Amino acid sequence: MAKAKKSREGTVMVLGGGIAGVQAALDLTDLGYYVYLVEKSPAIGGVMAQLDKTFPTNDCSL
Amino acid sequence: MVEAGRSPNIEILTNADLISLKGKPGSFKADIVQRPRYINADDCTACGLCTTYCPRHQEDDYNEGLNITRPIHIDYPQAVPATYYIDPRSCLHLTHDTCQICVPVCQSKAIDFSQQPEEMTLEVGAVIMSPGFGRISEETLAKYSYGKHPDVVTSIEFERLLNPSGPFAGEVRCLSDNRHPHKIAFIQCVGSRDIGCNNGYCSSVCCMYAIKEAMVAKEHNPEADITVYYMDIRTQGKDFDAAQKRALDKGIKFVRAKVADIMPWGDHLRLTYSTLDGKHNFKPFDMVVLSVGLESPPDAQKLADMGGFKLNKYDFCATDTFTPLATSKDGILVAGAFNGPMDIPESVTQSSGAAGIAAGLIKKQRGKSLIHKTYPDEKEMGDDVRIGVFVCHCGINISSVVDVPKVSDYAGDMDGVVYYTESLYSCSQDAQEVLKDKIKEHNLNRVVIAACSPRTHEPLFQETLKDAGLNRSLFEMVNIRDQCSWVHANEPDAATDKSKDLVRMAVAKARHIQPLPEQTVPVTKSGLVVGGGIGGLTAALNLADQGFNCALVEKQDTLGGNYKKLDHTKELIAQVKKNKLVTVYTNSELQQTSGFVGNFSSIISSGKGAKVKETTLDHGVIIIATGANEHRPETVLGNTVKYSQNIVTQSELALQLEGKGKSRAPKSVVMIQCAGSRGDDLNYCSKTCCTTAVENALTIKKINPDSQVIMLYRDIRTYGYAEDLYQEARQKGVLFIPYEMDNKPSFAEKGGKITVSFFDPILQDDITMNPQMVALSVGMVPEETDTLSKLLKVPVTADKFFLEAHVKLRPVELPVAGVYVCGLAHSPKPVNEIIVQAQAASAKAAMPLVKGYVTVDPIVSNVDKGTCIGCRLCTSLCPYQAIQMVKDENNKPKAETIVASCKACGICASHCPTFAISMGGFTNEQINSQIEAFGSGIKEKEAA
Ligand SMILES: Cc1cc2nc3c(=O)[nH]c(=O)nc-3n(C[C@H](O)[C@H](O)[C@H](O)COP(=O)(O)OP(=O)(O)OC[C@H]3O[C@@H](n4cnc5c(N)ncnc54)[C@H](O)[C@@H]3O)c2cc1C
Ligand code: SF4
Ligand code: SF4
Repeated sequence: MAKAKKSREGTVMVLGGGIAGVQAALDLTDLGYYVYLVEKSPAIGGVMAQLDKTFPTNDCSL
Repeated sequence: MVEAGRSPNIEILTNADLISLKGKPGSFKADIVQRPRYINADDCTACGLCTTYCPRHQEDDYNEGLNITRPIHIDYPQAVPATYYIDPRSCLHLTHDTCQICVPVCQSKAIDFSQQPEEMTLEVGAVIMSPGFGRISEETLAKYSYGKHPDVVTSIEFERLLNPSGPFAGEVRCLSDNRHPHKIAFIQCVGSRDIGCNNGYCSSVCCMYAIKEAMVAKEHNPEADITVYYMDIRTQGKDFDAAQKRALDKGIKFVRAKVADIMPWGDHLRLTYSTLDGKHNFKPFDMVVLSVGLESPPDAQKLADMGGFKLNKYDFCATDTFTPLATSKDGILVAGAFNGPMDIPESVTQSSGAAGIAAGLIKKQRGKSLIHKTYPDEKEMGDDVRIGVFVCHCGINISSVVDVPKVSDYAGDMDGVVYYTESLYSCSQDAQEVLKDKIKEHNLNRVVIAACSPRTHEPLFQETLKDAGLNRSLFEMVNIRDQCSWVHANEPDAATDKSKDLVRMAVAKARHIQPLPEQTVPVTKSGLVVGGGIGGLTAALNLADQGFNCALVEKQDTLGGNYKKLDHTKELIAQVKKNKLVTVYTNSELQQTSGFVGNFSSIISSGKGAKVKETTLDHGVIIIATGANEHRPETVLGNTVKYSQNIVTQSELALQLEGKGKSRAPKSVVMIQCAGSRGDDLNYCSKTCCTTAVENALTIKKINPDSQVIMLYRDIRTYGYAEDLYQEARQKGVLFIPYEMDNKPSFAEKGGKITVSFFDPILQDDITMNPQMVALSVGMVPEETDTLSKLLKVPVTADKFFLEAHVKLRPVELPVAGVYVCGLAHSPKPVNEIIVQAQAASAKAAMPLVKGYVTVDPIVSNVDKGTCIGCRLCTSLCPYQAIQMVKDENNKPKAETIVASCKACGICASHCPTFAISMGGFTNEQINSQIEAFGSGIKEKEAA
């Protein structure tokens, strides 16, 4: 097993890449931080990515 | 999602598991194991060839197992990262050491079975937990015949059935025999409000999504006969009641009933349900949709153990009312559905709030690892017009109606178009690469994309243009989804013609577009918070925590607003007073604000009468936290209200209950819900009154268990964990009796005696009684918002709450850049949600301050001084004071735009008598050519 080490100041880990995690990650970068977005499945998006349209605006947008 | 995928400052680690987490704010160590995808992300082009060759079948998890995919696949085309992966659970090579058919198939040699799990340690300053929610157990679902009959589906499965990329390509069909279901039932509260499965809480989102799904199903098949079986309709969110009303108007039926049983019945399902009157009824359905609740995520306990934080009794993350985004462990924050069931707007708000708190915790480390994105130099435009046209299928969202190849070919014949193509999803990550390549390959200097809404996708495409060395203004977007395939869903030919018209017009305009320079303006690094209630106090302190100065303006002579008496508020006030970065102005109001994001200047007037003092403040951002007040309706449900000792509001009752002695609890009380709200005289649900009333009822029962408490309600909206209180109140003997709007309760006081009459649907009889007290749940009205709305040019809703920029994706931003909203000024909500919103608003407000500059939108007005006659019409008309008069070299007055103030509304340009003003990106030449192009199409048609 390769062991990589990622050590940097000014970073935040976000665990879970659903809409909540993605939004937190985006906002953190706008606030000046580098983010590791850790997602257990092969893609980010969480449940929202499975939804057809979403209330209240019923568009897909993301 | 795509934005996150493109950010140079977000490293997405998918297939990754946390295995240990240790440390404290400022220095955490997280051990992560990343499982192999068996496909190299850098090489995979997402062509999908491997999937077509892979011989093995497996259930498609993305489609909830409703169809089949292969072990080597991608969940959906726009997935981020857009890299295929191999599911080790079913791959023949990984399970049986055989096959490997895919390896030679892949043209880019991306498949690599030698990949091993990779371990890494992340050293980070803070952690945000957002693992979302889990699924209701099969065992609970089995009670509703799920698993026994294929046409009993969960609401998530139903979402997939509705979706164009779903198992039947967007057609709703019965899983039993593929017929289109005609009669569909939705069953609410499956796995929620159910102590049987240890989920006592209400999942808060399922009423709203059931309404949404029912509406979409109706769009698919207007003849569908849809019934929703519910206990209470909980659409307490901002403007959510309107959604139910639309559903009712569409003929969707709502029946208050308990579903007892679902049984296969021929090729149908038979639903047994009991209504309030105790009657059992039977009804056949083709399909039954279970509105499943949100469960805690499966590895909640593991995460809590690793992180050293606590869970609540339902295994969601434990948080406190006043620190709603903090786990019990310092430096670990929580956002989204793991913090209790919630919808997307609430999740997004929480995420912004949590990001802001994390940023504040480690502000000394800010910027240390940030990578600044650079763009290639803008290339020479050259004299030739070289337009590329990209027409998007949007899956089948557009192409199921519009003939996309026809539109694309049509564009190919137009002047100036040197390249044209179709794409399945123009917004996907790989499509951006294609776009970049094509710009380079064909030396394009203008791009037209015909796809969905520029509102959501224009920034993405413009970013790609910049990456390819094109100025972002060299772009024109046509919305053939909303404007063609959606609105003309039943007229495919007309929709295709209209798409052609729109594309032709866009190309005509594109021939004239020119690069516009991007300008940046520095910002004043401080904020202004209007309103010193719990929201404003929280927001001001948060801005200060992030290191910014902040002025807090409060109209009253004391801080604290509605929640003055809370210990937490007192604590906040003390902190604000101590904090050197916060300046408090009480007895003060905002008089005037000018400027624009990053550079506002405001006048604050303090004091009254002769002693009014004016202060001018420069600040970069504004947070509105002006709150709301208790409503005091004069009539309730048609009854004239004379407030007295015995006819009180819930807040007056709460006050009385705070006293001493048993007699402070009324011996008998009738509480009337929605007194003024939900269409009585306020149009909206005040969201908090159900919980407040239940709390008061419980307090009364605690003081005097013999007191009789009756609550007349329309829907009890104790959403989330407040459902526990509702259940407790029922156990303690509080009687809950629903009323309908066509049979409203009446009440009156005569000579100190109260008479209340109402219809009891359980006894099926009219009841008249004489309780000691009537307590009205009167709801709330926003503090006057018109003045601020005019002052800051920000919109309010019909109900006079501030209207956010996008309810789902930008819930605390107002449409005017640099202006944010939180708390009751946004909509009614309980205190924990106010705090979350205040934290989110201050996080958003800190962004331009952190950045230090703002970029000015290049679409601004531009005065041609030679043509300007100095009439000053434009200066008088501009609503943003964005045009000033200057003297030219001959000392003649000429208009000039203050670009940073210009909002590009175009009023000046449309009124200038000499056409001296043009809007960048919307010049007269461009608009005229568009109009001509439209006309030439009509000629073409007439000729044909
Ligand atoms: C049928 C249905 C319809 C809905 N419709 C709507 C709607 O129309 N509008 C609306 O606003 N809301 C709707 N909702 C609610 C909406 O789905 C949630 O509000 C939203 O998905 C919550 O986002 P989240 O990021 O918190 O959680 P999730 O979407 O669950 O995302 C969590 C992510 O974290 C990952 N994860 C979990 N555990 C770990 C771990 N240990 N390590 C790493 N990663 C992990 C998961 O794989 C997932 O990607 C609906 C919900 C349902 C069930
Ligand atoms: S090796 Fe696995 S992924 Fe590749 S084709 Fe065979 S079964 Fe499919
Ligand atoms: S009442 Fe609550 S749990 Fe029941 S369906 Fe509505 S939102 Fe879901």
